[in-house]
Amino acid sequence: MSDTTMASPELTTADGVPLKKALVRSEARAKRRAFLLVAPLFLFVLITFVVPIGQMLFQSVYNDSFSATAPALDKWFSEHPQGAPIDESAYAALASDLKTMKENRTQGQAGTRINYDVAGTRSLFTSTARKIDRLEPPWKEAILGVNEGWNDPNLWRAMRSATHPYTIDFYLAALDMTRDKNDNIVGVNPDRAIYGKLFWRTAVLSFIITVLCMILAFPIAHLLASLPLAKSNLLMIFVLLPFWTSLLVRTTSWMVLLQQQGVLNDLLVWLGIVNNDGRLEMMYNKTGTIIAMTHILLPFMVLPLYSVMRTIPPSYVRAARSLGATSWTAFRRIYLPQTLPGIGAGALLVFILSVGYYITPALVGGADGQLISNMIAFHMQKSLNWSLAAALASLLLAGVLILYWLYDRLVGIDNMKLG
Amino acid sequence: MNNAADGDGFVVFDRVQKSYDGETLVVKDLNLSIGKGEFLTMLGPSGSGKTTCLMMLAGFEMATNGEILLDGKNINMVPPHKRGIGMVFQNYALFPHMTVGENLAFPLEVRGMGKDERETKIKRALDMVQMGDFINRRPAQLSGGQQQRIALARALVFDPELVLMDEPLGALDKQLREHMQFEIKHLHESLGITVVYVTHDQGEALTMSDRVAVFNDGRIQQLAAPDELYERPQNSFVAQFIGENNKLPGTVETLTGDTCTVRLETGEIIDATAVNIREAGQETLVSIRPERVEFKPEMMPAGAHTIGAEVLEVIYMGDILRTRMRVAGSDEFVMKSRNTLDQVRLKPGERLKIGWHPQDARALDPM
Ligand SMILES: Nc1ncnc2c1ncn2[C@@H]1O[C@H](COP(=O)(O)OP(=O)(O)OP(=O)(O)O)[C@@H](O)[C@H]1O
Ligand SMILES: [Mg+2]
Repeated sequence: MSDTTMASPELTTADGVPLKKALVRSEARAKRRAFLLVAPLFLFVLITFVVPIGQMLFQSVYNDSFSATAPALDKWFSEHPQGAPIDESAYAALASDLKTMKENRTQGQAGTRINYDVAGTRSLFTSTARKIDRLEPPWKEAILGVNEGWNDPNLWRAMRSATHPYTIDFYLAALDMTRDKNDNIVGVNPDRAIYGKLFWRTAVLSFIITVLCMILAFPIAHLLASLPLAKSNLLMIFVLLPFWTSLLVRTTSWMVLLQQQGVLNDLLVWLGIVNNDGRLEMMYNKTGTIIAMTHILLPFMVLPLYSVMRTIPPSYVRAARSLGATSWTAFRRIYLPQTLPGIGAGALLVFILSVGYYITPALVGGADGQLISNMIAFHMQKSLNWSLAAALASLLLAGVLILYWLYDRLVGIDNMKLG
Repeated sequence: MNNAADGDGFVVFDRVQKSYDGETLVVKDLNLSIGKGEFLTMLGPSGSGKTTCLMMLAGFEMATNGEILLDGKNINMVPPHKRGIGMVFQNYALFPHMTVGENLAFPLEVRGMGKDERETKIKRALDMVQMGDFINRRPAQLSGGQQQRIALARALVFDPELVLMDEPLGALDKQLREHMQFEIKHLHESLGITVVYVTHDQGEALTMSDRVAVFNDGRIQQLAAPDELYERPQNSFVAQFIGENNKLPGTVETLTGDTCTVRLETGEIIDATAVNIREAGQETLVSIRPERVEFKPEMMPAGAHTIGAEVLEVIYMGDILRTRMRVAGSDEFVMKSRNTLDQVRLKPGERLKIGWHPQDARALDPM
């Protein structure tokens, strides 16, 4: 509160232009320049980041592979409400759509879409479309004659909902939910609920990995920070070594070390710690995933911690000691709180990276070491249900953003030191 | 006030040596006895081992050899937190994640003091440094001088009998530094604490201390009260390090008791006080303070030897006139005279005779 601003309501420059206006004018040029400088980066981020993510989010709620290929059914569904009998007119619409599908070779695509909801229906579409040209009205008899499977009310319900390209059904599926006969949202049969379990396992494993990284990285970073620069640079190479070797090579070497016939088990048997029948299972399960990922992600914890610890002068701990604190108290009350920005940054980084990790669990995770990313990959590559993959990925993204927000609320993102 | 190493001081360094690398001694044979309530300053150039001595006293470095006694007890094996020594660091080392109040509460909390007692002590310590209103600020929100005061208050809040300060005023500007010197001195007197103070600012050392230990090369070169140190330096390092000095190298011609005559390299003979001269014929370095050089014959003692000089430059410095001249082949001889109304203004090129009282010329070991 300076008294000059209080005294005169409008300040002007020497030539009488209002001060605010003059300031804006003089800054405009600098701003334009700054914008031009960041424009290429901005475009790059837009093209490589914002657009693909937007595309992904869109795919998770939009799928037109059935609605675009089945116009006649679309029309019939909109004229007949839910629960109307599936009569001859419905089968006529189906026949007409199957014909167009055959001409455009889109029966597989449409079948795949329905197959997401009712398993085993893809072949129904392909086999019936193959024979559609030879069929004659009455359509209901003819089509049911080709395959009895068309008589399934679930199938018709699925087709009805697939005629709406915009849908939240993929999110429902990703959350282990589905719609019942009356279109109510219900949980799926517990023994088919897999995604919730996977999300939970991903979170738990990531948490364990983050904690392990923290425990391992803290002493390493402290050692690095307290050594003279020449020595710490040398040690830093060992910390960074994992970054420089191929991920696959590293993961494979973990396999060699940890598998049942591997080096570590051989050693334990040789030492007589375990007997030959009781070889430990450290690979192709959760343990394998945790060990390998902790190793791979450790540098992401060490680096921010190190960069924070380097800036903490030893005089703080000395001051605490001279004031009467034992070395433990000095550590706990003076040193540790000052490393929090580093711990926070490292933990956030490791957790977010491990939540989305894919290759290591795929290689060493076995059946129960798979994470949600492996499921996303499965839907991208094997089941080709991209919309479900997108829905899963969006949920993952939302989870990470919530975490980030929480971190910001609790620690403050501007306190984060990444190195 | 005790003399060095007589064994009954409050703090005693007894034949202490320190080496970091096992090859060079950073502190070589340190013997020092500090009396209770004394303000002792360690003064010396960078790297002379002052901080090392302080760190050994505080317990952060182990003496490689010798004993350190505190109040008569050997503290070599006592960990730092049990020594009860207050310490002010050069960069203050205020805990950045705590407020001023929490910083001051820390030493009291670790001593298990109750809340009420803590609050009274904190308040008293803050009032002592006139910072009572800043209790809820963080160190980052304070100016350098204010941080300095808080560091001082924190070192004093738990009533230590001994306080160590390692260049506590090094980061402050001149005016603030002088002000803080006064305040620290004042606190020392009113609290009756013993202070060991490290600085490489000789002005600071002279104005604040009861005694000054001049360090160089891991040894105490001289341990004396400030006036003694300035007026009677024991060797040429101290003479040069404290204040400005003219140096005239030469050979001792005659030695009679405390006085001697010295033949300079250019052949002139001057009088001097023999400080560490053993015999005639010895090489020496005569040191004379610029303000003790006289050029008016009536100011010189009777029978004093004079020496020819040529004025090279006169610098007007306000309160004094600084005259640089060529004496005995050296261009660096300086004379300072007070700028009084009747002062004779010399001109460059002028030739004259200068002299001094034999007491003011000290024949020291050559360096
Ligand atoms: N931790 C250390 N390891 C190795 N050598 C050290 C260490 N600390 C100090 N030294 C060396 O010991 C010598 C004395 O250092 P010290 O810090 O005591 O000097 P100082 O008198 O305090 O100097 P300054 O006025 O610059 O603070 C220096 O040569 C320094 O390089
Ligand atoms: Mg020092």
